[in-house]
Amino acid sequence: MITLEKRSQPSRVWAFAAPVMAVVLTMLCGGLLFAALGKSPVETIRTIFFDPLFSEFAWFYRPQLLIKGAPLVLIAIGLSFGFRAGIWNIGAEGQYIVGAICGAAVGLAFYPTESIFIFPLMIVAGILGGTLWALIPGILKVKFDTNEILVSLMLVYVAEQLLASMALGALRNPDGMGFPGSRNLAKYDSASSWISENAGMHWGVVLAFVAVIFAYVTLSRHLFGFQVRLAGQSPRAARFGGVNPQALVLICMAISGGLAGAAGLFEVAGPAGQISIDFNVGYGFTAIIVAFLGRLHPIGILLAAGLMALTYIGGEIAQSNLGLPGAAIQLMQGMLLFFLLMVDVLSNYRLRLGKKAIV
Amino acid sequence: MSTPLLALSGLTKAYPGVVANKDVSFEIAPGEIHALLGENGAGKSTLVKTIYGLVKPDSGTMTLNGAPFTPAEPRAARAAGVAMVFQHFSLFDALNVAENIALGMENPPPQREIAERVRAVSDQYGLPLDPARIVGELSAGERQRVEIIRCLLQDPKLLIMDEPTSVLTPQEVEILFKTLRKLSAEGTAILYISHKLEEIRALCENATVLRLGQVVGTCDPRTTTARDMAELMVGSALLVPERAPHTDGETILSLNNVSAKAPTRFGTALRDIQLTVHMGEVLGIGGVAGNGQDELVAVLAGETRVARDMITFDGQNIGHFGPNARRKIGLLTAPEERMGHAAAPDMSLTENAVLTATTRQQLTSKGFVNWRKARKFAEEVIAQFDVRTPGPQNAARSLSGGNLQKFVIGREIMQSPDVLVVNQPTWGVDASAAAAIRQALLDLAAKGTAIICISQDLDELMEISDRFAALNEGRLSAPRPAQGLTVEEIGLMLGGAHDMEVAHVEA
Repeated sequence: MITLEKRSQPSRVWAFAAPVMAVVLTMLCGGLLFAALGKSPVETIRTIFFDPLFSEFAWFYRPQLLIKGAPLVLIAIGLSFGFRAGIWNIGAEGQYIVGAICGAAVGLAFYPTESIFIFPLMIVAGILGGTLWALIPGILKVKFDTNEILVSLMLVYVAEQLLASMALGALRNPDGMGFPGSRNLAKYDSASSWISENAGMHWGVVLAFVAVIFAYVTLSRHLFGFQVRLAGQSPRAARFGGVNPQALVLICMAISGGLAGAAGLFEVAGPAGQISIDFNVGYGFTAIIVAFLGRLHPIGILLAAGLMALTYIGGEIAQSNLGLPGAAIQLMQGMLLFFLLMVDVLSNYRLRLGKKAIV
Repeated sequence: MSTPLLALSGLTKAYPGVVANKDVSFEIAPGEIHALLGENGAGKSTLVKTIYGLVKPDSGTMTLNGAPFTPAEPRAARAAGVAMVFQHFSLFDALNVAENIALGMENPPPQREIAERVRAVSDQYGLPLDPARIVGELSAGERQRVEIIRCLLQDPKLLIMDEPTSVLTPQEVEILFKTLRKLSAEGTAILYISHKLEEIRALCENATVLRLGQVVGTCDPRTTTARDMAELMVGSALLVPERAPHTDGETILSLNNVSAKAPTRFGTALRDIQLTVHMGEVLGIGGVAGNGQDELVAVLAGETRVARDMITFDGQNIGHFGPNARRKIGLLTAPEERMGHAAAPDMSLTENAVLTATTRQQLTSKGFVNWRKARKFAEEVIAQFDVRTPGPQNAARSLSGGNLQKFVIGREIMQSPDVLVVNQPTWGVDASAAAAIRQALLDLAAKGTAIICISQDLDELMEISDRFAALNEGRLSAPRPAQGLTVEEIGLMLGGAHDMEVAHVEA
């Protein structure tokens, strides 16, 4: 019989080995799944995990990695603060949309003036938009003890309706011959977030790396980071240690909302280009998986976002080249989180085979 | 001698890393009141869990009435006539007495029938209890009655009681003992677990002493001195804390009519608490658990804020100060619950040092934590207070209760407070660590710090306090000099018998 025995303290080795093992298990089970679908498992795994990086067309896919990874990193870093403190903002998708709308609105208001101040103003508007949207569940939680999970999630659907109304109404391109969608910000120099479109570099990528470093320093060195970790692990000890739980809720919601809003702004002013009905593609939800896959650690999140971006791009290649159904790719991404949670047990517990040993 | 009711022979139970019971043998005769004596961690709990079918021994045998007894689960033990009253009650606050009793039964009869049986048993044993009352409103002593009656309804041959008096006032203990003696006279054997020696001397006919999982001696408590039993239990001569003579200093802290609402439905509201504390004194606050201790500590620590002028510290009104503002001016606290309140279990000792010592030890600069300095402070606490751990990088949960308690108390003492509030400083701590903690508190008082020690252990309070006050239902009695207080007077300060009726023992 197999029994689990709690370790007296978490294993450091397993903290690093668990994500690697989860990836390997996903490749194995994913391979079985693809084999069952009649595809060669080795080739499919290679297409998904290696082709985007090392094939002859990798020059095309590598920039895509940055474009897909940056919003995931930005949002997941923001979420990781709240998740560590036990504050569950599930509505990053909505904050991402509202950030994009606010930022785009500022840029469109200035069209066609050219000025170097426009883009910074748009960033501020994007961050503010996301922050305010996230503070709605935050303030409701603090004032009325509502559940931030439900409120933030429901606000995603409100934001989606807002997005549709903007794409069809206030922000619609006056020269667009009645088609829904705003002007293309990526083609408006003062409002474009691109640094180099060919390299996949936009300001969001830069900010994503800055956010990783900032989060790393805050969590490991700063008292605020310590309080965030403390509040998540032992809320009562945190209060005893002088943490104000209500202020913490607001700060963490603001950080995650602000970063999600920024991600939305960079996306709308670059890779997406315009506010359209189907502007959001689920980065806000995928980032939740990324945050946990990276075990809420900034460096881990960076790696996890890279891995998720890889499976997205690789998945698309597999769909077009091998005719693999899209659902199979999603299933594999789900497996990744599932295996991580499963293997995660090992960092706090030790497996014992057979009867309990007698010392 | 006739057949013993229960005989244990060579019971051994090992857990990874520790042998809880090693070759334990003893016998209990029908109707005997047998004490099982030992320090925390001596293996008492494992042993009674074995008898009650919660733990399966690795080797050894038990016989009940001469027949082999191997209960696979508590249900089997209960069916064989073994009942147990646990130290921590397993009752639902929101349900009434009869409903709670029905929940513990295999096939509960209708409520009315249970109520009748409860009344019958409680009359018979002089344990008055209204089956319709809500458990949340009962005193600790009355809750224990619910547990005892629940056991008695099974008509047990052996009743196991685990530390039954830790929540009772001296008067309530007297009532309990009368009930137990009556049960014993009717032929029910009682296995009484405790580390309170005077109680055992007053109640029990035989005692088995456990130390580190082994039987180290048996004695007749009625003829053995408490000191001899203590030394059997601890294995060495006990260090009694030394008191330095002191003079009452100036007033440093005063509570002025502090009132606070109960934080939860079954919490306790604080009512008009008046108190002044002088530099260099130890003020002991006694009370039965759940009479406002946690709430008072929260108010003193700043976790619960009160009106500005309700608390005065050195002439300054601080009722509205948060925990860190209070630490800054020199008012420090060590709460009762080590895991998750005084310390974060999954964090390292270094991080746990940062938890309370940031303000006074300047462990941060411009908001950034100086981890090297924090580690050094943690190491100092570990060295100074003899905390047994490989180093400050270890998680708090890897420490034993006593060691973590030494760390928690040491962490506050090392910050040289002006006022130190401690709640249950030696709860669940072995005797030698407890003595070390008490001595450290007295040494601190000798340097001029005022200490407020809240505890349910009256012996401890009498040992270290200069003045003694009692919490009862959220009210604090006026403090009295501790010297010369009799057990009777203390008991009355604690609320007497809480209006419980005395058992009607028939001769």
